[in-house]
Amino acid sequence: MANARQDHRSEPWKDPGATPYVRIDKVTKKFGDFVAVDDVTLNIYRGEIFCLLGGSGCGKTTLLRMMAGFEAPTAGSISLDGVDITAMPPYERPVNMMFQSYALFPHMTVQKNVAFGLHQDKLPKSEIDARVAEMLKLVRMEQFASRAPHQLSGGQRQRVALARSLVKRPKLLLLDEPLAALDKKLREHTQFELINIQETLGVTFVVVTHDQEEAMTLASRIGVMNHSEIVQVGTPADIYEYPGSRFVADFIGSVNMFEGRLIEDEPYYVRVESADLGGVFHVSHGVSAAPNATVWVALRPEKIHILRDRPDGEGDNRVAGVVTEIAYLGDQSIYFVRLAGGRLVRVTQPNILRQSGGGRISWDEQVWLSWDSSSPVVVTQ
Amino acid sequence: MAILGFLESGGGHAVSRNAREVGDSSPFVLTGLMAWIKALGPYRWASNRLRDRGMSGRTAVISVPYLWLLLFFLVPFLIVLKISFSDIRLGMPPYEPFVTWASAHVMDLKFNFGNYAFLWEDALYRNAYANSIMTAGFSTILCLLIGYPMAYGIARSKPSWRNLLLLLVMLPFWTSFLLRVYAWIGILKNNGLINNLLMSMGVIDEPIVMLQTNFAVYLGIVYSYLPFMVLPLYTAIEKLDLTLLEAAADLGCRPTKAFFKITIPLTKGGIVAGSMLVFIPAVGEFVIPALLGGPGSLMIGRVLWEEFFNNRSWPIASAVAIAMLILLVFPIWILQRVQGREMGAHR
Amino acid sequence: MNQRRSFFVLTMMVFGFAFLYIPILSLIVYSFNESRLVTVWGGFSTKWYVALLHNEPVKQAAWLSFRIATMNATGATILGTLAGLALARFGRFRSRSLLAGLTTAPLVMPEVITGLSMLLLFVAMEQVFHWPDGRGITTITIAHITFSMAYVTVVVQSRLATLDESLEEAALDLGARPAKVFFLITLPIIMPAILAGWLLAFTLSWDDLVITSFVNGPGSSTLPVLIFSKMRLGVSPDINALATVLVLIVTVGIVAAGLLMARQQKRRDLDVQQAVAGNQ
Repeated sequence: MANARQDHRSEPWKDPGATPYVRIDKVTKKFGDFVAVDDVTLNIYRGEIFCLLGGSGCGKTTLLRMMAGFEAPTAGSISLDGVDITAMPPYERPVNMMFQSYALFPHMTVQKNVAFGLHQDKLPKSEIDARVAEMLKLVRMEQFASRAPHQLSGGQRQRVALARSLVKRPKLLLLDEPLAALDKKLREHTQFELINIQETLGVTFVVVTHDQEEAMTLASRIGVMNHSEIVQVGTPADIYEYPGSRFVADFIGSVNMFEGRLIEDEPYYVRVESADLGGVFHVSHGVSAAPNATVWVALRPEKIHILRDRPDGEGDNRVAGVVTEIAYLGDQSIYFVRLAGGRLVRVTQPNILRQSGGGRISWDEQVWLSWDSSSPVVVTQ
Repeated sequence: MAILGFLESGGGHAVSRNAREVGDSSPFVLTGLMAWIKALGPYRWASNRLRDRGMSGRTAVISVPYLWLLLFFLVPFLIVLKISFSDIRLGMPPYEPFVTWASAHVMDLKFNFGNYAFLWEDALYRNAYANSIMTAGFSTILCLLIGYPMAYGIARSKPSWRNLLLLLVMLPFWTSFLLRVYAWIGILKNNGLINNLLMSMGVIDEPIVMLQTNFAVYLGIVYSYLPFMVLPLYTAIEKLDLTLLEAAADLGCRPTKAFFKITIPLTKGGIVAGSMLVFIPAVGEFVIPALLGGPGSLMIGRVLWEEFFNNRSWPIASAVAIAMLILLVFPIWILQRVQGREMGAHR
Repeated sequence: MNQRRSFFVLTMMVFGFAFLYIPILSLIVYSFNESRLVTVWGGFSTKWYVALLHNEPVKQAAWLSFRIATMNATGATILGTLAGLALARFGRFRSRSLLAGLTTAPLVMPEVITGLSMLLLFVAMEQVFHWPDGRGITTITIAHITFSMAYVTVVVQSRLATLDESLEEAALDLGARPAKVFFLITLPIIMPAILAGWLLAFTLSWDDLVITSFVNGPGSSTLPVLIFSKMRLGVSPDINALATVLVLIVTVGIVAAGLLMARQQKRRDLDVQQAVAGNQ
């Protein structure tokens, strides 16, 4: 899940002077009594792949449809490249969308589908042909130009839909679950293809997805949505390593969550006493919460070491337990360890060595769990 | 409606099938046509006038069919209602005006419930109502008994056969209703096909009287509306997941019992839809009782017709129509809409 | 799952199809009967067809029915498509439920009531506006459009309900205005449903006896009205001949359409197979 793109990317969201390209300002959308999007404010910068991530019904698609112009916000405004587009109808916006169902016109060939948008702009035929050909070449569909959509496979349809939405050179491309209809193998391959095309053309992408892996791979930044609100915005690494709430920690990846009480609160570390854990967490980052407040400690399973012997050294961040369950997944194994208080902890360990006899920890063994003090994250909500 | 659904699904296939042919004779021809139409003065004039009055295309799309239905469907019922309260008179039109102007500003409303009282008191009308409901109900049950096995058989046929068999069910629907009812006259009458056949075989000596009996009316209704029953049943049975029956068998349920415990409950939607499609038109049926039924098989549609055409009693005919609306049509319409909403909710 | 059908189901299917087709077959067979007594076989003859060919009232009635059915189908298709579009695509608008009610009501309305109410409307309109002047082709067509547009509405509405709305949104998104989206995307895609609706409206009008009987005037006897008046006088072999002609026309049409559909379906299946195979 490493995101190579961040290395050679500027990070305009860190620059307070940078002007956002898309500015979503206090946007609310109600359908009758139901609030689909609740007071969302969001800035997206030029050249980003911004992922809106959330479960079904969290409002991410409604937000996307408001950017496309299919829904009008109940309150708030949306501007693109300095122009207020809130009331602009979809056929006038310099925004295009790739639909989840691809929405290829069944009565038109691939060529006609891609040319449709250009025809609406009344461009000369020669230019239309040239741009369509160029686009089909980019998505490697040039030899299918005269096919009808039903004569294409799922992956081919996806590429035609992409070509059709990019051919008008939109300022903003909206993608609604772009890979959901593809099978797993093809999806992985297509993710990187999508990133390459985005980098070639430099178009700003907003992607809606419910698939966290997809969001982690594609996104320059992720906006996690829950209950019609944006709960956290950040790079994939930020979201994973520094979740701001229990929801985000739990939604992205798997996590062990311990409820506890803040007993020591210093600028550079905190100590949390947790009955769940039957011990004290020592966490090497500060928290803004009142002393004795109830907090939660999130600890990722891959950040826990599992050992037969008690680890050396003084201090907290170690606990004893019994292995109750092991799942062997090939590349890694998942251990479920029951602590003295009854709490189950999930631990994953990569299987670096090939399985060999009694070297591995097995069922019902007494083990010690330990972790670095920089690994847990304390969240207050 | 099921028949329509069938048509529509046939149409659905055709769409993408044509996709290949469209190829170059593309719908941009249509764009050209549109441009041409737009260039014409009248189009521009009309659309400008509409826009001046705040009429968008959307409003126009809604209001055209709306106004048509209001004028030609809703208003007529108000007139029927009005005339049902009027007195009969000789002349043309054969009813007294309902609203008379006593003076320039005083409107004189005359409600006359006499027509309704007449309907209530005369056993003929009550019998006709009861008879209509019974005839339609009985025919619906017969249709279901014949239609269910047929639909079941079609749904369990080889896929290549299914469309052909469905086409065979549909075909009579497209041929004239009147002529199909007429065909039964030739079969049922005293020197008709059945009697001739039975007499020549020596089974009977005297012809059996079948035409102009209630039996003939049931037969006519079942025959005419059987396709309406089979199609929704077929749709429901065809959708049924066969692994459910396998699961039932696996759990020790015998096929007959599985049919009543699994198949019937899960195809209830089709049974209700099909029964509605038969019962509703059968209640108001005129042609079948008029051609096949005897003087005894009075159905309400036929009574209305005879009041209107033979007795020229427009107010009575109107009162019959209103009574029919309130007692039969309206409940059915409500029931159908509620059911439709339920089905929508399940989707 | 096996394709086993019980003996009972097979028997009922044979019985059911025999029940549907024997009357029609008997109509056809007796149309070639020499004898005037329709059901007593008097030898093979085509004389009733010759008689039909020279029967001016029948030919006139058929032509009138054809004209009315064509006008009706066209009018009902336009109005029904607009109504179907409004109901399926315009979301919630004011008095939508009234429109929905008005479009489904003719489907459950007994024909005698529709016929009576239309006639009373025309009489009242004539009194007040002096239009329509008497009853005839105009009043019949208006009445037919009113009841058959409901069927077109249902066909179009249910087609639109299954049509992926994102197709239309995609066209909007690519810069086409709403009216253009309708003509370039929606209309071509739902065209088969609209054609089916047109044919349905045509058939309903062509077959209609009851409503026509109320709203027709002297000299405007459509074919069903003419046939019905002949039937009340008893069976007659020339009706059999006429029935045979009508049944044949419909059968040829339906069978041709069915074959065409089957062939195109096969070709489409092949296309899809190739697309899937080509991708692996």
